[in-house]
Amino acid sequence: MILKSVEKTRRETLAMAAIAGLAAILAPRLSLADEQAVAAEIKKLYGDKKFESGKIKLDVPEIAENGLVVPVNVDIESPMTDADYVKSVHVFAEGNPLPAVVSYRFTPACGKASASTRMRLAETQNIVCIAEMSNGKLHMAKANVKVTIGGCGG
Amino acid sequence: MATKPTPRVRVPTQAKPGELIEIKTLISHEMESGQRKDAAGKVVPRKIINKFTAAFNGKTVFEADWNPAISANPYQSFFYKAAESGEFTFTWKDDDGSDYVATNKLTVA
Repeated sequence: MILKSVEKTRRETLAMAAIAGLAAILAPRLSLADEQAVAAEIKKLYGDKKFESGKIKLDVPEIAENGLVVPVNVDIESPMTDADYVKSVHVFAEGNPLPAVVSYRFTPACGKASASTRMRLAETQNIVCIAEMSNGKLHMAKANVKVTIGGCGG
Repeated sequence: MATKPTPRVRVPTQAKPGELIEIKTLISHEMESGQRKDAAGKVVPRKIINKFTAAFNGKTVFEADWNPAISANPYQSFFYKAAESGEFTFTWKDDDGSDYVATNKLTVA
């Protein structure tokens, strides 16, 4: 009986070691650091406030052949009246050396909270978009872009 | 910078009251990100346009803060709800302190 239990612990230890090893190999590929960088940027802006989904239409290509010029279009559902409008929108790229991409500030005079630009992406990654409404509500959307040729001079 | 950045703006000249118009802007600028290295291995200093502002009759309607992740020859489009006749002033602010300005008239009838 005692022998058996020892055997079990040894097997467990081995399994644990195997998992740890696998995690060490996989971890850099998940680019967790950059996800944290984006989270840190968002925290700097809005602290620990909660984000809701919906309202944001984040339009980016599924596959970008050239990471130097990737179109990015944001469209936020809002009546855009003086009482209820989209105040600001921020776009972040998780896999870029500098996560911030663009920040927009809208006014009710825009009539529609929609804007397009073009960005550089270093590698295949997630794009995060957050929108702040005039009533203080926050919305978030994410989209993945596969990049064939990176856009950071490399 | 070899040439002075030239802004190009596409705005309709006429609109009906309450009509939603799309404004498309483009400016020639290399948007040096500050991440690149030259042949000697030295980092090329950052030089980008960091802010774009659109104002109508002196009142700001739309602003965009650009970061180094914005592509060279930056494009920006947005919307405006026509209410009265007037003039748009578009301003691009460069890292080196210079401003590039374009103006467009809009007639609302």
